[in-house]
Amino acid sequence: MDGAAILERLSGRFGAAVVETHAHRGDHTAVVARDALRAVLAWCRDEPALAFDMLMDLTAVDDLKFPGREDGPRFEVVYHLYSVAHNHRLRVKARVDEDDAVVPTATGLWPIADWFEREVWDMFGVRFAGHPDLRRLLMYEEFVGHPLRKDYPIERRQPLIGPQA
Amino acid sequence: MGVGSFFTSKLDAAIGWARKYSIFQYPFVTACCGMEYMATACSHYDIDRFGAGLPRFSPRQADVLFVVGTISHKMAPVLKRVYDQMTEPKWVVAFGVCTCTGGFYTNYATVQGIDTIIPVDVYIPGCPPRPESVIDGLMKLQDKIAAQAQRY
Repeated sequence: MDGAAILERLSGRFGAAVVETHAHRGDHTAVVARDALRAVLAWCRDEPALAFDMLMDLTAVDDLKFPGREDGPRFEVVYHLYSVAHNHRLRVKARVDEDDAVVPTATGLWPIADWFEREVWDMFGVRFAGHPDLRRLLMYEEFVGHPLRKDYPIERRQPLIGPQA
Repeated sequence: MGVGSFFTSKLDAAIGWARKYSIFQYPFVTACCGMEYMATACSHYDIDRFGAGLPRFSPRQADVLFVVGTISHKMAPVLKRVYDQMTEPKWVVAFGVCTCTGGFYTNYATVQGIDTIIPVDVYIPGCPPRPESVIDGLMKLQDKIAAQAQRY
């Protein structure tokens, strides 16, 4: 199914929960409300005509200083879906504010989401409600802050950790 | 000048001479500098000429710790432990600019110079250093080993 048709089906199924859609050079994106995110992802996986059986990537974007988005929700959580059966792709985004940076976990849908979500928590400080083990993935336990946030100072030095740590 | 002091200084020199030509290195190789380290160790540049041809892959059998490549904060405790496991006498060479200062990795993940963790005897800057620089550093280390007061 081509991307425009996927977006059309998605909007038809979820209505106003699909906040915004756009297409750029063959990549189709749907921005969905956080409350509907879990249902949208589950439907994308289970609907036979879509059958997004693979979560290619799960990441986040910090729009703190992004031109035109300074006043909007700070973070975008981005899901890249792929269907092996149909060979089509879709990008799903959900926007969250800094003081309420929580989205529902996708670990129940795609097990790979486990480490993706841990990485997003580690780097951006976005929490995933319902995640079974939301620890830092790349940085160590003593690390303070979330280094891929745009307001993380590049010169900040972390305390050194000792051999017993 | 007593007999004892004359004897001691000559023994120091003899031991220093022996030690500087029997360097067993521990290569702590974490990054791209490792390729240049290998080039130096192989037959073209041949550090066996300096008695440093046999790397030991156990810190307990090594004299010189070659820290070759970027050290991240997560790797720092491992490096410290390897250093602590080495027996005296021991020396440390910082190989490449990342180990000297952090290099261009001014970021959240990289240790800004291994001398924030362990003492360093010789710094070899370069990204990566040419084998000639490495041999120069090795010879400076040999001079240091030969000249230093020995402890038995």
